[in-house]
Amino acid sequence: MVVDNKISVGEIWQILEKITDPEIPILSIVDLGIVRDVKISPSLLVEKGQGVEVFITSTYSGCPAMDMISMNIKMELLQHGFTNIKITQQLSPAWTTDWMTERGKEKLQQYGIAPPVGKVMDQQFLDDLKVECPQCHSKNTKLLSEFGSTACKALFQCQDCKEPFDYFKCH
Amino acid sequence: MMQDSLIDYTLHLADNSLIMGHRLSEWTGHGPILEQDIAISNIALDLIGQSRNFYQYAAQLKGGVTEDDLAYLRDATEFKNMLLAELPNGDWAKTILKLFFFSTYQYYLYQKLIGSTDTQLSAIAEKSLKEVTYHLRWSSEWVIRLGDGTEESKKRIEKALEELWDYTGEMFLPSEYESECAKNKIGVDLGFLKEDWMNKVIQIFAEATLPSPKGEPVPTLREGQGVRLNGKEGKHTEHLQEILNDMQYLQRTYPGCEW
Ligand SMILES: [Zn+2]
Repeated sequence: MVVDNKISVGEIWQILEKITDPEIPILSIVDLGIVRDVKISPSLLVEKGQGVEVFITSTYSGCPAMDMISMNIKMELLQHGFTNIKITQQLSPAWTTDWMTERGKEKLQQYGIAPPVGKVMDQQFLDDLKVECPQCHSKNTKLLSEFGSTACKALFQCQDCKEPFDYFKCH
Repeated sequence: MMQDSLIDYTLHLADNSLIMGHRLSEWTGHGPILEQDIAISNIALDLIGQSRNFYQYAAQLKGGVTEDDLAYLRDATEFKNMLLAELPNGDWAKTILKLFFFSTYQYYLYQKLIGSTDTQLSAIAEKSLKEVTYHLRWSSEWVIRLGDGTEESKKRIEKALEELWDYTGEMFLPSEYESECAKNKIGVDLGFLKEDWMNKVIQIFAEATLPSPKGEPVPTLREGQGVRLNGKEGKHTEHLQEILNDMQYLQRTYPGCEW
Protein backbone atom coordinates (compact mmCIF):
# COMPACT_ATOMS: atom_id res chain seq x y z
CA MET A 1 0.00 0.00 0.00
CA VAL A 2 1.30 3.38 -0.93
CA VAL A 3 0.00 6.57 0.51
CA ASP A 4 -0.73 9.42 -1.80
CA ASN A 5 -0.12 12.82 -0.43
CA LYS A 6 -3.76 13.41 0.31
CA ILE A 7 -4.34 10.90 3.07
CA SER A 8 -6.47 12.52 5.71
CA VAL A 9 -6.01 12.57 9.43
CA GLY A 10 -9.30 10.65 9.64
CA GLU A 11 -7.81 7.79 7.66
CA ILE A 12 -4.84 7.63 10.00
CA TRP A 13 -7.22 7.33 12.94
CA GLN A 14 -8.83 4.39 11.14
CA ILE A 15 -5.44 2.74 10.79
CA LEU A 16 -4.75 3.26 14.49
CA GLU A 17 -8.05 1.60 15.38
CA LYS A 18 -6.55 -1.68 14.25
CA ILE A 19 -3.91 -1.54 16.97
CA THR A 20 -4.94 -3.15 20.20
CA ASP A 21 -3.77 -2.99 23.78
CA PRO A 22 -1.48 -6.01 24.31
CA GLU A 23 -3.03 -6.65 27.72
CA ILE A 24 -6.68 -6.25 26.66
CA PRO A 25 -6.57 -7.35 23.04
CA ILE A 26 -10.23 -6.63 22.30
CA LEU A 27 -9.71 -2.91 22.94
CA SER A 28 -8.10 -0.68 20.35
CA ILE A 29 -5.80 2.05 21.52
CA VAL A 30 -8.34 4.53 20.14
CA ASP A 31 -11.15 2.99 22.22
CA LEU A 32 -8.92 3.18 25.27
CA GLY A 33 -8.26 6.86 24.73
CA ILE A 34 -4.50 6.40 24.55
CA VAL A 35 -4.22 8.20 21.20
CA ARG A 36 -4.63 11.88 21.93
CA ASP A 37 -3.87 13.48 18.60
CA VAL A 38 -2.67 12.81 15.09
CA LYS A 39 -0.90 15.37 12.98
CA ILE A 40 0.38 15.26 9.46
CA SER A 41 3.50 17.34 9.81
CA PRO A 42 4.96 19.17 6.83
CA SER A 43 8.23 19.27 8.76
CA LEU A 44 8.32 15.48 8.72
CA LEU A 45 7.88 15.26 4.95
CA VAL A 46 10.41 13.06 3.19
CA GLU A 47 10.87 12.12 -0.45
CA LYS A 48 8.22 9.43 -0.49
CA GLY A 49 5.25 9.28 1.78
CA GLN A 50 4.24 11.67 4.45
CA GLY A 51 5.43 12.37 7.92
CA VAL A 52 2.99 11.78 10.69
CA GLU A 53 3.13 12.52 14.39
CA VAL A 54 1.03 10.51 16.83
CA PHE A 55 0.53 11.75 20.38
CA ILE A 56 -0.11 9.06 22.97
CA THR A 57 -0.49 9.01 26.72
CA SER A 58 -0.04 6.04 29.02
CA THR A 59 -2.83 4.80 31.24
CA TYR A 60 -0.54 4.33 34.27
CA SER A 61 3.04 5.60 34.67
CA GLY A 62 4.41 2.10 34.94
CA CYS A 63 2.31 0.58 32.18
CA PRO A 64 4.68 -1.91 30.56
CA ALA A 65 2.57 -2.01 27.40
CA MET A 66 3.45 1.51 26.26
CA ASP A 67 6.73 0.67 24.54
CA MET A 68 5.06 -2.16 22.68
CA ILE A 69 2.14 0.07 21.69
CA SER A 70 4.56 2.69 20.33
CA MET A 71 6.30 0.03 18.29
CA ASN A 72 3.03 -1.35 16.97
CA ILE A 73 1.93 2.11 15.87
CA LYS A 74 5.18 2.50 13.97
CA MET A 75 4.87 -0.90 12.34
CA GLU A 76 1.28 -0.35 11.28
CA LEU A 77 1.97 3.09 9.81
CA LEU A 78 5.08 1.83 8.05
CA GLN A 79 2.97 -0.84 6.40
CA HIS A 80 0.68 1.89 5.16
CA GLY A 81 3.54 3.66 3.45
CA PHE A 82 4.49 6.21 6.06
CA THR A 83 8.21 6.48 6.34
CA ASN A 84 8.67 9.28 8.78
CA ILE A 85 6.80 8.56 11.99
CA LYS A 86 7.15 10.37 15.23
CA ILE A 87 5.54 9.12 18.42
CA THR A 88 5.27 11.69 21.15
CA GLN A 89 4.41 10.59 24.66
CA GLN A 90 2.29 13.14 26.45
CA LEU A 91 1.96 13.29 30.24
CA SER A 92 -0.52 16.09 30.67
CA PRO A 93 -3.45 16.07 30.81
CA ALA A 94 -3.21 12.74 32.60
CA TRP A 95 -5.12 9.85 31.08
CA THR A 96 -8.57 9.24 32.47
CA THR A 97 -11.12 6.47 31.94
CA ASP A 98 -13.47 9.24 30.77
CA TRP A 99 -11.59 9.06 27.48
CA MET A 100 -12.64 5.48 26.89
CA THR A 101 -15.23 5.32 24.12
CA GLU A 102 -18.73 3.91 24.69
CA ARG A 103 -17.93 1.26 22.11
CA GLY A 104 -14.83 0.41 24.13
CA LYS A 105 -16.89 0.00 27.30
CA GLU A 106 -19.30 -2.34 25.52
CA LYS A 107 -16.43 -4.43 24.22
CA LEU A 108 -14.97 -4.71 27.72
CA GLN A 109 -18.29 -5.91 29.11
CA GLN A 110 -18.56 -8.58 26.41
CA TYR A 111 -15.00 -9.64 27.12
CA GLY A 112 -15.84 -10.25 30.79
CA ILE A 113 -14.28 -7.13 32.30
CA ALA A 114 -16.63 -4.70 34.03
CA PRO A 115 -16.18 -1.25 32.47
CA PRO A 116 -15.53 1.82 34.65
CA VAL A 117 -18.64 3.12 36.34
CA GLY A 118 -19.33 6.84 36.37
CA LYS A 119 -16.91 9.59 35.63
CA VAL A 120 -13.41 10.21 36.91
CA MET A 121 -12.00 9.05 40.21
CA ASP A 122 -13.26 11.58 42.70
CA GLN A 123 -13.41 11.07 46.42
CA GLN A 124 -15.85 8.26 45.89
CA PHE A 125 -14.10 5.06 46.64
CA LEU A 126 -14.33 1.70 45.02
CA ASP A 127 -16.42 -0.09 47.59
CA ASP A 128 -19.24 2.43 47.35
CA LEU A 129 -19.61 1.58 43.70
CA LYS A 130 -22.27 -0.62 42.21
CA VAL A 131 -20.25 -2.63 39.73
CA GLU A 132 -22.23 -4.90 37.48
CA CYS A 133 -21.14 -8.51 37.06
CA PRO A 134 -20.17 -8.94 33.41
CA GLN A 135 -21.39 -12.56 33.51
CA CYS A 136 -24.89 -12.43 35.01
CA HIS A 137 -25.41 -8.64 35.26
CA SER A 138 -26.12 -8.77 38.97
CA LYS A 139 -25.17 -5.64 40.89
CA ASN A 140 -24.71 -7.65 44.05
CA THR A 141 -20.91 -7.68 43.81
CA LYS A 142 -18.06 -6.98 46.17
CA LEU A 143 -14.52 -5.70 45.97
CA LEU A 144 -11.89 -8.36 46.66
CA SER A 145 -8.79 -6.31 45.96
CA GLU A 146 -8.31 -2.89 44.48
CA PHE A 147 -5.43 -4.14 42.40
CA GLY A 148 -6.28 -6.75 39.79
CA SER A 149 -4.31 -8.57 37.12
CA THR A 150 -2.90 -5.24 35.87
CA ALA A 151 -2.54 -1.80 37.43
CA CYS A 152 -5.65 -0.52 35.67
CA LYS A 153 -7.97 -3.15 37.10
CA ALA A 154 -9.48 -4.13 40.45
CA LEU A 155 -10.68 -7.59 41.43
CA PHE A 156 -14.37 -8.07 42.22
CA GLN A 157 -16.55 -11.05 42.95
CA CYS A 158 -20.20 -11.55 42.06
CA GLN A 159 -22.26 -12.53 45.12
CA ASP A 160 -24.91 -14.19 42.95
CA CYS A 161 -23.05 -16.26 40.38
CA LYS A 162 -19.90 -16.32 42.59
CA GLU A 163 -17.69 -15.59 39.60
CA PRO A 164 -14.66 -13.37 40.29
CA PHE A 165 -14.07 -10.71 37.62
CA ASP A 166 -11.85 -7.79 36.72
CA TYR A 167 -13.19 -4.26 36.97
CA PHE A 168 -11.57 -1.52 34.94
CA LYS A 169 -11.04 1.15 37.59
CA CYS A 170 -12.12 4.74 37.21
CA HIS A 171 -9.02 6.78 36.99
CA MET B 1 22.81 27.51 39.76
CA MET B 2 19.05 27.22 39.52
CA GLN B 3 19.43 24.71 36.69
CA ASP B 4 21.65 22.53 38.92
CA SER B 5 19.07 22.67 41.69
CA LEU B 6 16.30 21.71 39.30
CA ILE B 7 18.30 18.70 38.10
CA ASP B 8 19.07 17.64 41.68
CA TYR B 9 15.44 18.12 42.69
CA THR B 10 14.20 16.04 39.75
CA LEU B 11 16.72 13.31 40.58
CA HIS B 12 15.64 13.38 44.21
CA LEU B 13 12.01 12.79 43.20
CA ALA B 14 13.09 10.08 40.76
CA ASP B 15 15.33 8.31 43.27
CA ASN B 16 12.62 8.29 45.93
CA SER B 17 10.22 6.51 43.61
CA LEU B 18 12.78 4.14 42.13
CA ILE B 19 14.26 2.97 45.42
CA MET B 20 10.87 2.62 47.10
CA GLY B 21 9.54 0.81 44.03
CA HIS B 22 12.52 -1.50 43.93
CA ARG B 23 12.11 -2.36 47.61
CA LEU B 24 8.42 -3.14 47.16
CA SER B 25 9.16 -5.31 44.14
CA GLU B 26 11.08 -7.62 46.48
CA TRP B 27 7.66 -8.80 47.67
CA THR B 28 6.71 -10.03 44.20
CA GLY B 29 6.17 -13.75 44.51
CA HIS B 30 6.42 -13.55 48.31
CA GLY B 31 3.22 -11.69 49.27
CA PRO B 32 1.15 -13.15 52.13
CA ILE B 33 -1.73 -13.94 49.75
CA LEU B 34 -2.04 -13.71 46.00
CA GLU B 35 -4.22 -10.57 45.89
CA GLN B 36 -1.82 -8.65 48.10
CA ASP B 37 1.18 -9.91 46.19
CA ILE B 38 -0.43 -8.51 43.05
CA ALA B 39 -1.35 -5.26 44.79
CA ILE B 40 2.13 -4.54 46.10
CA SER B 41 3.68 -5.48 42.76
CA ASN B 42 1.35 -3.04 41.01
CA ILE B 43 2.31 -0.28 43.42
CA ALA B 44 5.98 -1.04 42.77
CA LEU B 45 5.33 -0.79 39.06
CA ASP B 46 3.56 2.55 39.43
CA LEU B 47 6.51 3.93 41.39
CA ILE B 48 9.11 2.68 38.94
CA GLY B 49 7.03 4.20 36.13
CA GLN B 50 6.96 7.53 37.94
CA SER B 51 10.70 7.43 38.43
CA ARG B 52 11.13 6.85 34.70
CA ASN B 53 9.23 10.01 33.93
CA PHE B 54 11.43 11.98 36.31
CA TYR B 55 14.66 10.38 35.01
CA GLN B 56 13.73 11.14 31.42
CA TYR B 57 13.22 14.75 32.35
CA ALA B 58 16.46 14.90 34.36
CA ALA B 59 18.35 13.37 31.41
CA GLN B 60 16.90 16.00 29.12
CA LEU B 61 17.92 18.77 31.52
CA LYS B 62 21.43 17.43 31.94
CA GLY B 63 21.99 16.56 28.30
CA GLY B 64 24.32 13.84 27.10
CA VAL B 65 22.92 11.14 29.39
CA THR B 66 19.97 8.76 29.19
CA GLU B 67 17.41 7.76 31.80
CA ASP B 68 19.21 4.42 32.07
CA ASP B 69 22.55 6.09 32.83
CA LEU B 70 20.89 7.92 35.69
CA ALA B 71 19.23 4.85 37.15
CA TYR B 72 21.93 2.29 36.54
CA LEU B 73 25.27 4.04 36.48
CA ARG B 74 25.26 6.44 39.39
CA ASP B 75 26.96 5.53 42.66
CA ALA B 76 25.24 5.42 46.03
CA THR B 77 26.64 8.81 47.03
CA GLU B 78 24.95 10.36 44.00
CA PHE B 79 21.52 9.02 44.93
CA LYS B 80 19.25 11.54 46.62
CA ASN B 81 16.41 9.41 47.95
CA MET B 82 15.20 9.65 51.53
CA LEU B 83 16.58 7.02 53.88
CA LEU B 84 13.07 5.76 54.58
CA ALA B 85 12.82 4.43 51.01
CA GLU B 86 15.99 2.36 51.18
CA LEU B 87 15.35 0.66 54.54
CA PRO B 88 14.83 -3.10 54.28
CA ASN B 89 11.20 -4.22 54.07
CA GLY B 90 11.23 -6.21 57.30
CA ASP B 91 7.95 -8.04 57.89
CA TRP B 92 4.61 -7.18 56.28
CA ALA B 93 3.74 -4.68 59.02
CA LYS B 94 6.97 -2.76 58.56
CA THR B 95 6.58 -2.71 54.77
CA ILE B 96 3.01 -1.44 55.13
CA LEU B 97 3.86 1.29 57.60
CA LYS B 98 6.82 2.40 55.51
CA LEU B 99 4.61 2.61 52.44
CA PHE B 100 1.90 4.42 54.37
CA PHE B 101 4.34 7.13 55.56
CA PHE B 102 5.82 7.37 52.08
CA SER B 103 2.48 7.47 50.22
CA THR B 104 1.06 10.09 52.57
CA TYR B 105 4.14 12.18 51.85
CA GLN B 106 3.91 11.72 48.08
CA TYR B 107 0.17 12.41 48.16
CA TYR B 108 0.53 15.87 49.67
CA LEU B 109 3.76 16.60 47.82
CA TYR B 110 2.30 15.89 44.38
CA GLN B 111 -0.86 17.85 45.19
CA LYS B 112 1.35 20.88 45.64
CA LEU B 113 3.81 20.04 42.87
CA ILE B 114 0.96 20.25 40.35
CA GLY B 115 1.18 24.00 40.94
CA SER B 116 4.87 24.08 39.98
CA THR B 117 5.90 26.71 37.45
CA ASP B 118 7.88 23.94 35.78
CA THR B 119 5.34 22.42 33.41
CA GLN B 120 7.08 19.05 33.16
CA LEU B 121 7.25 18.52 36.93
CA SER B 122 3.64 19.64 37.15
CA ALA B 123 2.59 17.12 34.48
CA ILE B 124 4.40 14.22 36.16
CA ALA B 125 2.85 15.17 39.51
CA GLU B 126 -0.63 15.28 37.99
CA LYS B 127 -0.23 11.82 36.51
CA SER B 128 1.41 10.33 39.61
CA LEU B 129 -1.11 11.74 42.06
CA LYS B 130 -3.88 9.57 40.63
CA GLU B 131 -1.80 6.48 41.32
CA VAL B 132 -0.61 7.57 44.75
CA THR B 133 -4.22 8.14 45.80
CA TYR B 134 -4.70 4.38 45.46
CA HIS B 135 -1.41 3.60 47.23
CA LEU B 136 -2.40 5.77 50.16
CA ARG B 137 -5.82 4.21 50.41
CA TRP B 138 -4.48 0.69 50.21
CA SER B 139 -1.72 1.21 52.78
CA SER B 140 -4.09 3.10 55.12
CA GLU B 141 -6.50 0.18 55.09
CA TRP B 142 -3.69 -2.18 55.96
CA VAL B 143 -2.48 0.00 58.83
CA ILE B 144 -6.03 -0.09 60.19
CA ARG B 145 -6.35 -3.84 59.65
CA LEU B 146 -3.07 -4.57 61.42
CA GLY B 147 -3.51 -2.06 64.24
CA ASP B 148 -7.08 -3.09 64.93
CA GLY B 149 -6.48 -6.76 64.18
CA THR B 150 -5.01 -9.43 66.40
CA GLU B 151 -2.68 -9.03 69.32
CA GLU B 152 0.15 -10.24 67.13
CA SER B 153 -0.56 -7.83 64.27
CA LYS B 154 -0.83 -4.91 66.66
CA LYS B 155 2.45 -5.85 68.29
CA ARG B 156 4.13 -5.96 64.93
CA ILE B 157 2.91 -2.62 63.67
CA GLU B 158 3.84 -0.98 66.96
CA LYS B 159 7.32 -2.40 66.61
CA ALA B 160 7.46 -1.10 63.03
CA LEU B 161 6.51 2.35 64.28
CA GLU B 162 9.35 2.28 66.78
CA GLU B 163 11.82 1.38 64.06
CA LEU B 164 10.59 3.82 61.43
CA TRP B 165 9.57 6.96 63.28
CA ASP B 166 13.09 8.38 63.44
CA TYR B 167 13.27 8.33 59.67
CA THR B 168 10.16 10.45 59.10
CA GLY B 169 11.74 13.75 60.06
CA GLU B 170 13.99 13.71 57.03
CA MET B 171 10.96 14.18 54.77
CA PHE B 172 10.42 17.68 56.08
CA LEU B 173 14.03 18.76 56.34
CA PRO B 174 14.77 20.53 53.07
CA SER B 175 18.08 20.09 51.32
CA GLU B 176 19.64 23.07 49.60
CA TYR B 177 18.21 22.18 46.19
CA GLU B 178 14.73 21.74 47.65
CA SER B 179 14.87 25.16 49.29
CA GLU B 180 16.18 26.72 46.10
CA CYS B 181 13.42 25.14 44.02
CA ALA B 182 10.73 26.06 46.54
CA LYS B 183 11.94 29.66 46.54
CA ASN B 184 11.59 29.76 42.77
CA LYS B 185 8.08 28.20 42.85
CA ILE B 186 9.39 25.14 41.03
CA GLY B 187 9.42 22.86 44.03
CA VAL B 188 7.28 22.39 47.11
CA ASP B 189 7.87 24.16 50.40
CA LEU B 190 8.18 21.19 52.76
CA GLY B 191 7.10 23.33 55.71
CA PHE B 192 3.58 23.30 54.27
CA LEU B 193 3.47 19.53 54.04
CA LYS B 194 4.18 18.57 57.60
CA GLU B 195 0.83 19.52 59.09
CA ASP B 196 -1.19 17.68 56.43
CA TRP B 197 1.05 14.66 56.74
CA MET B 198 0.80 14.60 60.52
CA ASN B 199 -2.99 14.99 60.49
CA LYS B 200 -3.37 12.07 58.12
CA VAL B 201 -1.13 9.88 60.29
CA ILE B 202 -3.06 10.79 63.43
CA GLN B 203 -6.40 10.12 61.71
CA ILE B 204 -5.42 6.69 60.39
CA PHE B 205 -3.71 5.71 63.66
CA ALA B 206 -6.89 6.60 65.54
CA GLU B 207 -8.90 4.36 63.23
CA ALA B 208 -6.31 1.66 63.75
CA THR B 209 -6.65 2.05 67.53
CA LEU B 210 -2.93 2.82 67.66
CA PRO B 211 -1.58 5.50 69.97
CA SER B 212 -0.60 8.69 68.13
CA PRO B 213 3.11 8.91 67.46
CA LYS B 214 4.92 10.77 70.19
CA GLY B 215 5.44 14.31 69.02
CA GLU B 216 6.25 15.61 65.60
CA PRO B 217 8.38 13.82 63.06
CA VAL B 218 11.82 14.59 64.36
CA PRO B 219 14.28 15.90 61.83
CA THR B 220 17.18 14.24 63.56
CA LEU B 221 19.82 12.81 61.34
CA ARG B 222 20.99 9.44 62.40
CA GLU B 223 24.56 9.01 63.41
CA GLY B 224 26.23 6.28 61.45
CA GLN B 225 29.87 5.53 62.06
CA GLY B 226 30.74 9.15 62.64
CA VAL B 227 28.97 10.30 59.48
CA ARG B 228 25.71 12.17 59.68
CA LEU B 229 23.33 10.29 57.45
CA ASN B 230 21.14 12.27 55.11
CA GLY B 231 19.77 10.53 52.04
CA LYS B 232 18.86 13.69 50.19
CA GLU B 233 22.50 14.70 50.23
CA GLY B 234 23.83 11.29 49.27
CA LYS B 235 24.78 10.12 52.76
CA HIS B 236 23.06 6.75 52.88
CA THR B 237 22.79 3.68 55.03
CA GLU B 238 24.58 0.56 53.82
CA HIS B 239 21.18 -0.69 52.63
CA LEU B 240 21.24 1.53 49.54
CA GLN B 241 24.45 -0.06 48.34
CA GLU B 242 22.84 -3.47 48.74
CA ILE B 243 19.97 -2.38 46.50
CA LEU B 244 22.31 -0.92 43.89
CA ASN B 245 24.47 -4.04 43.82
CA ASP B 246 21.40 -5.98 42.87
CA MET B 247 19.74 -3.40 40.61
CA GLN B 248 22.77 -2.17 38.71
CA TYR B 249 24.60 -5.46 38.35
CA LEU B 250 23.46 -6.20 34.80
CA GLN B 251 24.11 -2.75 33.32
CA ARG B 252 27.50 -2.48 34.96
CA THR B 253 28.58 -5.96 33.90
CA TYR B 254 27.17 -5.74 30.38
CA PRO B 255 27.07 -2.03 29.54
CA GLY B 256 24.25 -1.04 27.19
CA CYS B 257 22.61 -4.45 27.43
CA GLU B 258 18.91 -4.47 26.45
CA TRP B 259 16.02 -6.90 26.86
ZN1 LIG C 1 -22.60 -12.71 38.40
